[in-house]
Amino acid sequence: MATIAAQPFSVGEFLADEREKDLLRFSTAGSVDDGKSTLIGRLLYDTQSVYEDQVRSIEGKGTTAPGQIDFALLTDGLRAEREQGITIDVAYRYFSTPRRKFIIADTPGHEQYTRNMATGASTADAAVVLIDASKGVLIQSRRHAYIASLLRVRHVLVAVNKMDLIGYDEAAFRAIELDFTSVLNQIAADTGSPVEVRFVPVSALAGDNIVHRSDAMPWYMGSSLLELLESLPSALETRSAPFRFPVQRVLRPDHTFRGFAGQVASGTVRPGDKITVLPSGRSAQIARIVTFDGDLNEAIAPQSVTLVLDRELDISRGDLIVSTQAQATVARRIQAALVWMDARPLARNRRYLFKHTSQTVPAFVSSLEHRTNIGTLAHEAAETLEMNGIGVVNIDLLRPIALDLYGENRSTGAFILIDAESNSTVAAGMITAASSPAASTSGPVTAEERAARWGHRGGVLELTGPVELIDRIERSLFVRGAITSRIEVDAEFGISSSTIEHLIRSKILSGMVVLIVYLVAGETLTAQADGEQITLNASEPVAAIAAVNELLARSGILLSSGNADWEI
Amino acid sequence: MPVAEILSPPSPPARASASERLSHLRLLEAESIHILREVASEFERPVMLYSIGKDSSVMLRLAQKAFSPAPIPFPLLHVDTGFKFAEMISFRDAMARSVGAELLVWRNETAIAAGTNPIALDTKRCCGLLKTQALLDALRHYNFDAAFGGARRDEEKSRAKERIYSFRDSAGQWDPKNQRPELWNLYNARVHPGESIRVFPLSNWTEMDVWQYIHEENIPVVDLYFAKERPMYVRGDALLPIEQAFVARLGEQPQMVKSRLRSLGCSPCTGAIRSEAETIPAIIAELLSFRSSERANRVIDHDQEGSMEIKKREGYF
Repeated sequence: MATIAAQPFSVGEFLADEREKDLLRFSTAGSVDDGKSTLIGRLLYDTQSVYEDQVRSIEGKGTTAPGQIDFALLTDGLRAEREQGITIDVAYRYFSTPRRKFIIADTPGHEQYTRNMATGASTADAAVVLIDASKGVLIQSRRHAYIASLLRVRHVLVAVNKMDLIGYDEAAFRAIELDFTSVLNQIAADTGSPVEVRFVPVSALAGDNIVHRSDAMPWYMGSSLLELLESLPSALETRSAPFRFPVQRVLRPDHTFRGFAGQVASGTVRPGDKITVLPSGRSAQIARIVTFDGDLNEAIAPQSVTLVLDRELDISRGDLIVSTQAQATVARRIQAALVWMDARPLARNRRYLFKHTSQTVPAFVSSLEHRTNIGTLAHEAAETLEMNGIGVVNIDLLRPIALDLYGENRSTGAFILIDAESNSTVAAGMITAASSPAASTSGPVTAEERAARWGHRGGVLELTGPVELIDRIERSLFVRGAITSRIEVDAEFGISSSTIEHLIRSKILSGMVVLIVYLVAGETLTAQADGEQITLNASEPVAAIAAVNELLARSGILLSSGNADWEI
Repeated sequence: MPVAEILSPPSPPARASASERLSHLRLLEAESIHILREVASEFERPVMLYSIGKDSSVMLRLAQKAFSPAPIPFPLLHVDTGFKFAEMISFRDAMARSVGAELLVWRNETAIAAGTNPIALDTKRCCGLLKTQALLDALRHYNFDAAFGGARRDEEKSRAKERIYSFRDSAGQWDPKNQRPELWNLYNARVHPGESIRVFPLSNWTEMDVWQYIHEENIPVVDLYFAKERPMYVRGDALLPIEQAFVARLGEQPQMVKSRLRSLGCSPCTGAIRSEAETIPAIIAELLSFRSSERANRVIDHDQEGSMEIKKREGYF
């Protein structure tokens, strides 16, 4: 085993240099054959970021010629991936050069992994897009560039790989450069987010222009891929952006101290600064910036600090503290680009949880503007988004929130949607427009306004069972403020009149919970809402009432379940 | 660093102002504090797995920073296999006292009483009983819905794909093919009853980052990390601590070897390395000269191909 190296080496100098290093996050995407894993393996290996035991564990395995190391095996971590020779999930890699530390979000390139690409791009300052020189610009390169632009990754480095296979031919490289530049221009026109692009001819297998500049391509006068990564500005444009601070937690260790813990999302803050708390709109001044290591006279994004104000304001988790001079928008209706990530497609009028900064608000997708075809960049009419689909939608929020457009702020303009029933993360969203329709005081009363006031939407609950239990169920809804309308129907005849059907539809449109009741004595109760039917034991009324309330919450009629885990 | 110094840690250097640009350590620190605060605010019953090692020491300091001047709002849990080094146990108790956190210790007493050890069983089954089973029992017993762990993505290939919020089903198992997407710094904390989330605030730290942070922040760590003459069973390149008598082979005599531990685990399964590194800068210098990963001396990771992934699927951290 090693002992300290004998060469003159000053650990003190090393540590001083390390203290100055910053961090750059970049994403990669690629398919089975375009050499992405080889490129990353090469970056790690050539910067001495892989240990010998890790190389030993893969030596002699894989698909390369005997004696060669299959760099892809360094990066494909899951058994299924090694067995199938593919990359199925985002993997994070770390390496360091004397100038900078790097985090790679390494993602697969196939269409079915669009969501993984978006995940990797969401935190990236730069994207390395791979093009196989022997094949030219394929759909996966377009897809990766599109996602990078959509997620506002500023810098795109295009690695034109496998130059060795085409005899290091400059003309072929220039043709790809021209072709892909026009693709990038079309993409920027669609997403409204231009990228800064550099093209590098490389061979990951041979190591050309990855870490060191290659002699094989004297016609290329530019930097190696790693040199470019070392010199890109990291994303600290946020320092000069307007101050944004989502409150994560109120710290109140005793009655003398009340501070608001959070991470500076953008901008700079100093004691004495005038701030406004949104959505309430109350203002105060910063009194102190508190940390474990002592008070600061300035905090910048993305530091985690605790703010103390000069006066007592009612502030809680989810509030956004902003600079009074440059405030954020408070809105209840937004338009957003969505990347759909769940096997269950987007359903309009299904209840989702909108998670934005440090708050979660129930929300509905009211309509789709279009779906984007990444291949053609065409905007297609669509009723839904399937897994890996990308489109623009309108979303109604059940409570106003303070936000910025994603184009202006990657932190306060981003959100995820969570399915309230399955708890899956179903979509990533980027806010493109915002408005506040609920503030209107004229015109027809909208379904959203009713839902916001009553805590439920219009719908039908069919109940068949004993009268005592049905009375108690109705009371449980009444107690929580629901507007119900009860229609008792003779079980023998049912609802036969079109007039009654019309009446029921009108009540639903008026936002009421219509109870269609069939009185039947006995030990069971059946309840039905939104096509789902449950049968319950009427001799256990408490459980039955809870189950019916949960059914209403699942169906999207009630906007919070009985044991409310969020507040409307 | 001796235990006595833990109780009165040196006061940290004052940082009056943020510099123009945040260094990588300050960026990592800010991200980890954000995660700690999110979990404490969104879960009913979080707990911090405290394993006494260097990563746990960093995680504990970050927890102090996240909630200061308030106390850490969740307990620490140590899963004790009974095979931890004595120095680790005394360090653990002193550390919990000094930060003022509640310390819970959980042992699989049934398995310990039955004489479970990695030689009587194989290491895989021993870990299964004393670590994984004990951990799952403890989480269930206290009904914790979120548990912080100090694991890092750079440690091992299957960890590279781990989320920061790692969803576990009601049996505590990890399904690597069905992980929740994780975008920006927006974490999905929703779980059904019985399900839980393992949270890894140090996901993006490397081993080098951890040591540099310990150095910059004067964070106390167990003395076993520093080189010193220690009695060891020497088997070829491998050095085995004499902590447990059953480790010795017939007639085997320990030798004094200047050595240290690179990662802290159970004494029968954690090999020491020959080393002269008596200070943290010396450890960092040594790290730069290493060509082996820190888990190379952990017997448990090499039982079979992909063994860490298999253990994680079963509920290991």
